Order: sequence, then structure tokens, then C-alpha cells
Amino acid sequence: MSRVPLDPRTAPSFQTAAKVLLGDAQLRKNVRHATDVIQNKRRRLVEEKHDWQQMRESGRQIRAHALQHLDIYLAEFERNFTAAGGHIHWARDAAEAQRIVIDLVKQTGTSEVIKIKSMTTEEIQLNNALEAAGVHAFETDLAELIIQLGEDQPSHIVVPALHKNRSQVREIFRKKMNLPNLGETPQDLAEAARQFLREKFLRVPVAISGANFLIAETGGVCIVESEGNGRMCLTLPETLISVVGIEKVLPSWQDLEPLIQLLPRSATGERMNPYNSLWTGVHPGDGPTNMHIVLLDNGRTDVLADHEGRQTLQCIRCGACQNACPVYRQTGGHAYGSVYAGPIGAILTPQLMHMEHSQSLPYASSLCGACYEVCPVKINIPEVLIHLRNKVVEQNGWYAPESLAMKAVAQAFLSEKRFRAAQRLGRIAESPLVKKRKQNKLQVLGQEEAQTPGWIGWLPGLLGGWTDTRDLQAMPKETFRDWWEKRNEKGSNRT
Amino acid sequence: MNVALFITCYNDTLFPSTGKAVVQVLERLGHTVTFPAGQTCCGQMHWNTGYQIEALPLLPRFVAQFEHAEAVVVPSSSCVAMMRDHYPMMAERIAAEGEDKTLPERVAKLLPRIWEFSEFLTKKLGITDVGAYYPHRVTYHASCHGLRGLGLGDGPLSLLKSVRGLELVEISNLEQCCGFGGTFAIKNAEVSSAMLAEKTQAVLNTGAEQCTACDNSCLMHIEGALHRQRTGVGTKHIAEILAHTEADAAAEANNPVEVTV
Repeated sequence: MSRVPLDPRTAPSFQTAAKVLLGDAQLRKNVRHATDVIQNKRRRLVEEKHDWQQMRESGRQIRAHALQHLDIYLAEFERNFTAAGGHIHWARDAAEAQRIVIDLVKQTGTSEVIKIKSMTTEEIQLNNALEAAGVHAFETDLAELIIQLGEDQPSHIVVPALHKNRSQVREIFRKKMNLPNLGETPQDLAEAARQFLREKFLRVPVAISGANFLIAETGGVCIVESEGNGRMCLTLPETLISVVGIEKVLPSWQDLEPLIQLLPRSATGERMNPYNSLWTGVHPGDGPTNMHIVLLDNGRTDVLADHEGRQTLQCIRCGACQNACPVYRQTGGHAYGSVYAGPIGAILTPQLMHMEHSQSLPYASSLCGACYEVCPVKINIPEVLIHLRNKVVEQNGWYAPESLAMKAVAQAFLSEKRFRAAQRLGRIAESPLVKKRKQNKLQVLGQEEAQTPGWIGWLPGLLGGWTDTRDLQAMPKETFRDWWEKRNEKGSNRT
Repeated sequence: MNVALFITCYNDTLFPSTGKAVVQVLERLGHTVTFPAGQTCCGQMHWNTGYQIEALPLLPRFVAQFEHAEAVVVPSSSCVAMMRDHYPMMAERIAAEGEDKTLPERVAKLLPRIWEFSEFLTKKLGITDVGAYYPHRVTYHASCHGLRGLGLGDGPLSLLKSVRGLELVEISNLEQCCGFGGTFAIKNAEVSSAMLAEKTQAVLNTGAEQCTACDNSCLMHIEGALHRQRTGVGTKHIAEILAHTEADAAAEANNPVEVTV
């Protein structure tokens, strides 16, 4: 049941992947439908909150403050979690985190684990690593189960299977659960998943999770979810291993107040998550007795060190930016080649990759700002996108064709004389491409012209991307500044 | 009022009719328009595409051209958003590099006097009726930078509602990007086209003859598809609608459509 995980190091560029995905009518319909439903629910719940903007600002300040003093709060969390009976492990990168988790699982003597939905474990490709070590992981979140059984990849950080519709899910379950007569109502599908999972909840002794928040002052951990599968995983097994990015820490218990309101409203359009699990260490006779947290860096320290990119780590993984993004809504998540898709993925993934991969992602945006508008912790995603584009340009070098062209245009903008020359040059350069008006003129009302003079229907090279689907009006013979000068010479209408 | 016009590089080159319309409206309202000749570009294309080093020298140039103006009017919402969002930080950077320490303060003083064309009318002058007549069915596209960047809100709509003869029809996906995004339209042409298809569909659904906006870059994009599909629906910058009067309509009536064979 292993699958090829999304890996930014091997993924095709966004443009290449998007081209393929745009041809999948079913996927586009599913993505559109799901994001519309969530967005409408979110909008209603945000509108009813009169202090929404103040709450966003609180959320931003809390997250920014925690990141600013991350060294202090992580150490405090470690102290308090350890004092409460848990064990902390530090992982520099994905490989180290995989090794730690595999060793911990092996120590229990089991070869099976149950999992709560966790994008962090997707990021480190944990399931594949476990499989290679002879440990089978059962995903227990409905969407992750669909992805796992379908040998698919997550396409959204909150709703990983939103690119699949009900009948597609039914086919996966029929085949993989061996249920030839499975119905297709939501009840049928939920019941099938329940039957499939219940036995695992009761049998498997190790659970693996991520976490939404860590609380430094108490050593507490918080997971919010909708299905109750998380609560099962957090209470039934003897061993609980949580893989958590180092940025997830909050200073105090009280900091949860705005965040636990911002998160469900932004993520699923709910006032509160159906299941909010918070626990602090080991309590004999109540839940797991063997509790581990793997604190994962995997590029995060570098992001933290970048003054302009740092705000990326404020993210609380609500996915609102994905639902709002007009680019994501066309392609779905797989085009981003990473478990982190959409606007947040476009800024997070390249940074986690130390800008060595995913260079196409900062350009996978029209900078429309819809993501920033909905972000519950006010990450200025367009600003970070621009910041990362600058890094990509620096990497590409001054000799890249685009760079040479941009530098030439920039030079033209530095003097009026050169700018005017560039305008004239542009008009000359485009003239062979402009459809010409024929000599004879005839007044025939209501008759459509076959030719459309004054328009360009084809452009060469990179610019051809425009004319594949769009025409371009030819440059007028006279620029505004030419007209202005003539007008002033005549002195007409002027005071 | 003495108004300095920053036409923007692309309007100067591609849409001079918009500039003429801005001059016409402002002069009709009794203001004096000047055009600082050394102006070129605000730097948006370079800045947003990742060419910050190339964009930086355009800032002191812009400031020198416009800092003595009573008001600066710009018929492009995205260029104004560029200035408000990035000029203060760019000025700080130039100052930090020891080039011009006075720049941050000069930018801070200049920015409050820079207005997008429609917001100059509605917010600075506080008027909505500019005496225009345009007897056509029109829909309005709220460009992302105007909507989210400048917070233009209902301003442009109130201007259009005051135009005599104009029938305003609301588009269904008002807040959605048309897919232009500057170099995005070329770098990600396929996705951009998919976004544009939704926008043009919505424009066509309104039954409008013209789609208007406060930004010719979006309109160039939308019109590119409307023309490719030979829909017969056009686009017009809001200034050109506001400049249009009864006299223009009368002149047009005397000029029958010319058809080429």
C-alpha cells in the first residue's frame, strides 16, 4: 500500500504540473465544490464575529512573539513536558525524525501503528519510512484513509482528499475494503470506514500524531479534529508519538483563547472543533503511559533567521488561504509538488527546501491578496512571495534571458529619452505582428469583419503564453506624452 | 487644485485615451493638470517579479518628479498599491545603504497626496457626479489591488451610478482575480487563462456592452479574451466613461461604423 509521496525535490515545476491537472475536469469540479462549501461556511462565521479583525491581530501578535522568543519557549516546553512524564526528542531533519520514530516504534515490539492526520508526518514522508522498516501505519482520519487506500497524495492541508468526490471514494473503498455491494450515501461510506478502523483502534498499541499547539508554560499539547479518530488514538494506545514542528509552541495556556477560535472558523467554517484534545503528560490509568514528542526543525530555523520570510512560521495550518486562492481553485493541491499546497505552500515549501527546490512556487500566484485577507494570523503572503521571487532571481543570475530583458527595461525607465526610444522601438518591433487594415473601406452595417485590424493574435517565445488564449491590442500611434506635448504647443484649452 | 498626473508607463504607451480622459474630467471639474515630463514607471513590474535592485532607483526618480505637487493622480490602482505597500520600505532600504538619507521622510510626506483616480474624485474631492453621460449597459470589475490593496469599496460604483444613461449591472464574481497578475499571465499562462475564462464568462453573463475598472492592466487581460472570442463586448477604463458627455454621444451618432473588406 505504499505510494510515491509528494516530494519537492523531484516534483515537476508548478507550470508543468498545472498544465496536466487543468485537463482533469472531475478534479477541478471537486476542488471547486469543496472550496466553495468551506468558504461560504467560513464567511458566515467570520461575519458574525464583530471583533474578528482584533482577534486576527491578537493571533498574529501571539504567534510572532512566540517565534521571536522560540529558543526560550521551546526550552520551557521541554522542561515542563519532561516533568509531566513525557520524553522529548530533537530532530534536525526528516531523516533524523524518521529514525527516532522508527526506533521508538521498534522498542514497543509492534509492527503496526495508527495515525492521526498530520501534515508534518507527510512532510517527512513518515509512512514510507515506516513501511521500509517493516512497520505498517494505518491512517485513521477519513480523508487520510481515502488517500492511503487510494495510493494517492494529499491535496489540501485540512481536507486532504477534497479532490475526490463521493463516488470516487466509494470505488476506492469497494476495492480496498473488499466491499462489492457498498452503497454511496455518506452514511454508507462513514460506516464502512468505521468498521474498517474500529478494530485497529482496539488492537494497535502505538499511535502517531502531529499537534496543533504546544504550550510552553504547562508542557501541554493540543490537537483539534472533527471525527473523533484523534481522540481514539490519543486515549486507547499505550504509546503516543507526536511529531511536531518547532514553530508550533505557544507561550501560555491563555494564548489558546483567540487561536482556538480563529482556527476552526477559518479551517472548516465551524464555531468550534467537535473534538478539542488537550493533555499534559502521563496520568496512570488514563491514556498512553509512554509519551514522546519529536520536535522537528527540517529547515524551520533557516526560515526563522530570514527577517522577511519569518512570518511564514506563524501559520496555524487552517487552509483558508488555499480555499480562497483563485490559482489553487483551478489546479488543486498536487500541482504544488508538496504536502503544503496553495499560497502557504508557495511560501513555506521553497523556504523549507532552503530555496534549492520549488523555485517555481513563488510565481504560482497572481498576487491578488485573497490569501492575506483570510489569513487568521495575518501572514502577508503576497509580500513573502515577492521576497522569495527576489531570491529566485538572484539564484538565476544576471545572464538569464528574463533577467537581461528586465534589466534592459529598467534602464529605459531611468531616463525620459530612453523611455521614449523604447516606446518607439516597441511599436516598430510589434508592427509585423499586427493585423493590417485593408485599403478599401466599405460601410456595411451589421456585417462582421473576418480580419480584426489593430490587434495581435500571435506573439513569439515566452510572450506566446499570452496569445495562446488572448489577443493583444496594438500600441496606439501616439503615446500620451506625445499627445500632451502637441496639445501644449497648440495651447488649446489650457490655462 | 493643481493636479500632477502620473500616467504610468503602460497607460502612456498602450492606453493614452485613458490619460486624455483623466485630463478631460479633471479640467471639466475646474482643476489644473500638469504632467511632469521626466516621469516613467513606478517600478511595480520589477518589484513584483523579483527584480528589487532594478526597481529601487525608480523611487528617487518618482519622488523628485512629484514631491512638490499639491496632489498626484494616478489612473491605475495597482501602481498606487505598489507605492503605498512598498515605497516606505524601499526608501528605508535606500537610506540604509547610505544613498539618500532624506528619502524616507520625503516619501512619507508625499504618499498621502497620491490618489488613485476614482478615489481622488470620491475621497479627496468628495464628489460622485462628474457630469458624464454614457448610455450603455456596463459592468464593473473590482481589480484586486483596488479592492484589497486600496480599499476602494463602493467608490467607483457610486461614480458609475451617477453617470446619466448608464445601466450598471453587477458581476457575479466581483472579488475574484481576473488572472492577470503581471508576469503571472505569461509565466503561468495556462492557469491565468483558466482564471480569465471564469471572469469573462461572468462579464458575458451580465449582458453588458462594456466592462470597466480602475486599472487598464486587468482590462487589457479581460479584453484580450473577449476579443479573441469575438464577443463584441469591450472594456473601458472608468475615466473614459466619466469623460464621456452628451456632446460625445452626438458626435458618435454622426460617424457610422466603418467596415473593412
